[in-house]
Amino acid sequence: MDGQDARVPTISPRRPFRGVATTFGALVWAGFRRWASYRQATMAGSFTNIVFGFLRCYVLLAVAAATVNGRPAGYDETQLVTYVWVGQGLLTVVALLGWSELSDRIRSGEVTVDLLRPVHPVVSYLAPDLGRALHRMMTRFVPPVLVGALVFDLYVPGRWWTVPLFAVSVVLAVVISFGCRFLVNATAFWLHDARGPVMLWTLAGGALAGLYFPLRLLPHGLAVLLWVGTPFPGMLQTPLDVLTERDPPALQAGLVGLQVVWAGALLAACAAVQRRAERRLVAQGG
Amino acid sequence: MGEQRQGRLFAYAALLAAQARAAASYRASFVVELTTNLGATAMDVLTVVVLFRPAPRVGGFTLAQALLMVSLASCAFVVADICVGNIDRLQTYVRAGTLDAVLLRPLGVLAQLMLMDLPLRKALRLVLALVVLGVALHANPIVWTPARLALLVTAPLFGAVFFGSIFVLSASLAFWWVDSGELGSAFTYGGRDFASYPVTVFEGWFRALFAYGLGFAFVAYQPALALLGLTDPLGLPPWAGYVSPLVALIVAGVAALAWRAGIRQYRSTGS
Repeated sequence: MDGQDARVPTISPRRPFRGVATTFGALVWAGFRRWASYRQATMAGSFTNIVFGFLRCYVLLAVAAATVNGRPAGYDETQLVTYVWVGQGLLTVVALLGWSELSDRIRSGEVTVDLLRPVHPVVSYLAPDLGRALHRMMTRFVPPVLVGALVFDLYVPGRWWTVPLFAVSVVLAVVISFGCRFLVNATAFWLHDARGPVMLWTLAGGALAGLYFPLRLLPHGLAVLLWVGTPFPGMLQTPLDVLTERDPPALQAGLVGLQVVWAGALLAACAAVQRRAERRLVAQGG
Repeated sequence: MGEQRQGRLFAYAALLAAQARAAASYRASFVVELTTNLGATAMDVLTVVVLFRPAPRVGGFTLAQALLMVSLASCAFVVADICVGNIDRLQTYVRAGTLDAVLLRPLGVLAQLMLMDLPLRKALRLVLALVVLGVALHANPIVWTPARLALLVTAPLFGAVFFGSIFVLSASLAFWWVDSGELGSAFTYGGRDFASYPVTVFEGWFRALFAYGLGFAFVAYQPALALLGLTDPLGLPPWAGYVSPLVALIVAGVAALAWRAGIRQYRSTGS
């Protein structure tokens, strides 16, 4: 063994950037490919998203029809329709409704294998998750939006930067969602079973991220508190508000800026929790 | 004959007790799940309240009237979910081969699947749904008659039979289509959400299909109209509120047929 064969691209400050990018890219691609193999489940899932799209769309349209100025929470009808259908498309992209892979690996002990990899554990989960999101963007995002566009009038953005800003906002939403899911799953290091926290996360995600209703329908102070004090609106409400141009340009960009802050804070928290958890694993002698 | 039946009951009780022990051994997790389940029902109700904030009437109904519908739907759904909700794991059991073990035992397949995961953690949801029902009954001026009292009891019960049948129907899909994924949720959870709102909120073929084609209007909307003594803006006669048992039994019959056909044609995935 001359050591050449065992060389693996690693992410470390000493290695050139190209190696880092290659590893990261390969992990993203692996995540993408893995999800591409569940074609029937993808179709079934889209069907369900579409049924819920009709449900939520009609309810919000009825609210709009009954509101005095026809603009509940400042959205007109086309904005509400867009909010619902694009939201149904994004739902699985940002994986709002649960993910327990890490906690399952912790419970079974497989997580120790992750520590042997030459890539930081947080990165080795984040990269495939971005690949998963990319795959879902191509498969699960399109059908609901297409159906919404065929049956209802969707809102057409008027500002040239809205669509690119929306794209950035979606990527940030995926990272924020990943950070939260990683932290929720990591509770299994201490609790051994993260089923409870994962359920709690699913429930809070649906309500506080803006899936069940636009958060702007809540009293103003409460909505602001959610935005600043929790990462939830950054996973769904922010991209949707950016796309529907609910706010003036400055606030539109400011909300994405807030997403950047939350994404950074959550990734840092993930790294810190991972460090603590590793020490705990060693202490257990596992 | 009697002895055999007793033995079978004993076997079911043993299955149930094993689940109770399992739940008790992860106590912290159990408490979190208990409160989360409570939160799930609270969210359904809260969503309705929030949606009524900008408008005094949605779909022609007041918040108090809508609360009656959402609480009736909630009671029915929670009872069904506690009894047969776990059936939606059937596709996992088919894929993992667990179903083979279940089929080998000399017990009812459906009963075993129901007992394989003790749904005690969902119990608080029923309490909350009943509390909201009480609040809704208090908030609406209802002229009580014997027929309406009977309706108040039968509507959630047959609503539960209805939802239970939808659970079994959508789970049966897994016998033919293992990768059916979340498809069933469109009709179980989607149906619950549909039944939670006044049917007037929905439009076109979507309303026609869910409300009358599949029968979700008879879970909460029609009974609520009958309780409140309101005429249906969509034109069904007043007695439509009392036909929910009939609708539930028809759907239950269809579900039973689908389940039997599914079990009969089930081939193990093998390993």
